[in-house]
Amino acid sequence: MKINHIIKKALFVLALLPSFLLPLNALANAGAHLDKAPIDVSNHASLQRGARTFVNNCLNCHSANYMRYNRLLQIGLTEKQIKDNLMFAGEKIGDQMKVSLNPVDAKKWFGVAPPDLSVEVRARGADWVYSYLRGFYRDDTSVTGWSNCVFDPVTCKVSMPHVLYELQGEQVMNHETHQLELTKPGKLSVAEYDTLAGDLTNFLAFMAEPAKQQRNHLGWFVLLFLGILLVLTYKLKKAYWKDIH
Amino acid sequence: MTKETVLEKNKSGLTNVLSCGLAWVDERFPLTSNIKAHLTEYYAPKNFNFWYFFGSLSLLVLVLQIVTGIFLTMHYKPDANLAFASVEYIMRDVPWGWLIRYMHSTGASMFFIVVYLHMFRGIIYGSYRNPRELIWLFGVAIFLCLMGEAFFGYLLPWGQMSYWGAQVIVNLFSAIPFIGPDVSEWLRGDYLVSDATLNRFFAFHVIALPFVLAGLVAAHIIALHEVGSNNPDGIEIKKLKDKKTGIPLDGIPFHPYYTVKDIVGTVVFLMVFSTIIFFAPEMGGYFLEANNFVPANPLVTPAHIAPVWYFTPYYSILRAVPPFPGVSMLGIPPSLFPGVAAMGLSVMVFALLPWLDKSPVKSIRYRGSLYKKWLAAFVVSFIVLGYLGTEPSNVWGQFGAWLGNADRATVVARIFMIIYFAFFILMPWYTKKDKTLAVPERVTG
Amino acid sequence: MSDNHHDGHQASSQLDQASQVDLDKRQFLIASSSVGVLGCAAAAVPFVLSMTPSERAKAAGAPVEVDISKIAPGAMLTVEWRGKPVWIINRTAEMTAELPKHNDQLTDPNGDVVSQQPEYCKNKDRSLKPNLAVMVGICTHLGCSPSAKLQSKGDMGENWTGGFFCPCHGSKFDLAGRVFKGSPAPVNLVVPPHKYLTENTLLIGVDTEDKA
Repeated sequence: MKINHIIKKALFVLALLPSFLLPLNALANAGAHLDKAPIDVSNHASLQRGARTFVNNCLNCHSANYMRYNRLLQIGLTEKQIKDNLMFAGEKIGDQMKVSLNPVDAKKWFGVAPPDLSVEVRARGADWVYSYLRGFYRDDTSVTGWSNCVFDPVTCKVSMPHVLYELQGEQVMNHETHQLELTKPGKLSVAEYDTLAGDLTNFLAFMAEPAKQQRNHLGWFVLLFLGILLVLTYKLKKAYWKDIH
Repeated sequence: MTKETVLEKNKSGLTNVLSCGLAWVDERFPLTSNIKAHLTEYYAPKNFNFWYFFGSLSLLVLVLQIVTGIFLTMHYKPDANLAFASVEYIMRDVPWGWLIRYMHSTGASMFFIVVYLHMFRGIIYGSYRNPRELIWLFGVAIFLCLMGEAFFGYLLPWGQMSYWGAQVIVNLFSAIPFIGPDVSEWLRGDYLVSDATLNRFFAFHVIALPFVLAGLVAAHIIALHEVGSNNPDGIEIKKLKDKKTGIPLDGIPFHPYYTVKDIVGTVVFLMVFSTIIFFAPEMGGYFLEANNFVPANPLVTPAHIAPVWYFTPYYSILRAVPPFPGVSMLGIPPSLFPGVAAMGLSVMVFALLPWLDKSPVKSIRYRGSLYKKWLAAFVVSFIVLGYLGTEPSNVWGQFGAWLGNADRATVVARIFMIIYFAFFILMPWYTKKDKTLAVPERVTG
Repeated sequence: MSDNHHDGHQASSQLDQASQVDLDKRQFLIASSSVGVLGCAAAAVPFVLSMTPSERAKAAGAPVEVDISKIAPGAMLTVEWRGKPVWIINRTAEMTAELPKHNDQLTDPNGDVVSQQPEYCKNKDRSLKPNLAVMVGICTHLGCSPSAKLQSKGDMGENWTGGFFCPCHGSKFDLAGRVFKGSPAPVNLVVPPHKYLTENTLLIGVDTEDKA
């Protein structure tokens, strides 16, 4: 009996173990070293800075078709701020973040249509996006003049040019150390650029699942409620089972 | 009249109305007799343990999946151009849509967790043995149906994993000799997985299979209540009945005893379920795969595709079996069929258990060490195969030239596949040879 | 428990125990079922709310901003609001002067049916600005969109003073959307909530500041 009990417990734990051991997301991008992205979707200041960077730099080519401008109310902006600072055409506040870029043209220019970024962080992971934004380097053999080993660890080729190079400056790949080295500083210092990339990634993470904070918050109440219900139902069970031996 | 008697009288008045209403219904519909037969006078063994929660939990998850599914169909669009966006629409624009969707996606995995544990319970306590063979067969049918539900449902979000998963599985059918290619084309309704495929998978997922599933679940429960539940001792409690009442000595009415007990189990389950939904709905990529957040693209296959975790043991078997090389002299072409057949067999073989097990006892409690070792080997191989199925086959690198540079993981999968099948094939032999213990007359604690 | 029953007979102590057990069961039965019912009700809320208008529907039904500077006197502009045509008619002085003259031919000349216009448009022109009429272009009979017959006389006959004619069942409305007697339509056309953001910008769909 006792051994059975132990075996049964062990099997149960064993059965559930694999799901906790190895997150699969990590596998998808095996090969490239990824830096940890500073994600904090409760940091409104960071999200607001990220939103501005996103709208000014990414939203020209990349759409965020599932994201509505009025979602930005959630990160502490007012309707007026959104309209005045983040919406450039005469769109309505409930509109989605679309781009006028025609995907057929885009394909002609870049080789691939720039992907929609609404759920990019869920597809790639925040660390990937953060590392990618910081991973561009000058490469004369590439069509655009830029390469990025985060995008493709084998060939380092990437279709997108480095849009933020004025801010970051130019890096080159040291082929001996396989490290990136800043050769031409940009408008921002390294630390400032990292903050910018972090804020942008944070915003993309927020955009990938706007309900996340509400979800986590609600979860505690649900668990608390179920905890109370557990105590009551357990007592009820005990009360009924008293007479069964 | 005193106050008490007035109250008493009012109370009995209400009871009268209720019992009159009940009598009216009972003359027209067997309500009371059904409640008695399935709840208040269905006598279940009093020694059910932890493992006996998973049957009622499976039913709970089925209901949850149906309810959340109904609400999802209100917003989902089964159209290749709209499907992906409609899922994101549910996740963002529909009030509380994210919760309903996470309940459904988490529910799918939880369904398999509880069903696997429920099946394991059946195996360790011999619940498939005479006279419960038919309950077991209905159960295997439910399991197959559930796999179909999961497969069809997984295409609906129309992400990259949905698309390529469906592509691979449908192509498995093309390995069937002679008719295979036509069968897979017929299933897809196109030359590749397309809008037509999505539309029909939607029909199977929301109408066809749920109907079959509900019918099978009813049959499963009716058959169970006909013969009565097994228990951790594997003793037939109907053999020893109270002389006067005819109630099994070791039986207690399902209601209220097991209803109150199952409610506790339900609450614990809901706590686990909620923890996943609210704090880890992707479950590290096991419940919701990252690549499924990329819209389906028929021109680009993701670098690494794997089925969702609950299919991976069988998927591992599929990959582990080498293809048939073909016999050019006889004009027999090379074929994937052996792998496909092995995978199909690895699922269907569960149906044979009632006839493979020759042990004089049912429960693991009275079996000898030989059976226990085989069972442990089976569980380990199921888990290892399941793990390997989530990984690319080169995950552990290659053996040296002495083994033909074979992938280590493939060789390991082959070994465990053999153990997996040996558990079933050798069962008649080792269950007969096993040194069993004496089974007591009455159930134990 | 038995400590409290030193002096009782064996039988009565058993009886006490039985009622004690009952009480225990009842107490937890009531407690857990009320908390359980509460939980089920709370769980039902998201499902019920998921059927209310989504963000997409809200965005589509959001207020519409219209530039009215381009509407010539005597002309009209049709814009879409919540999937319905909304007419903005720039009435000339003659047109507005005509309005009170045919009050006797109207079903509800003073806008007494409150549902058909906001309080601030319950006046002789049914409008905020005397010249600019704003109304939902859906006939109050069976939902067709009436045709504009803004000019007097013409194909509408000698007595026509300008207004709208519904092609479906022949309802007639004047240039303030008021229904003429004898029409199948029972009440006047609806004036939607609206306000002027600036001299030339009209916002249809809201009338108060807070929802802008």
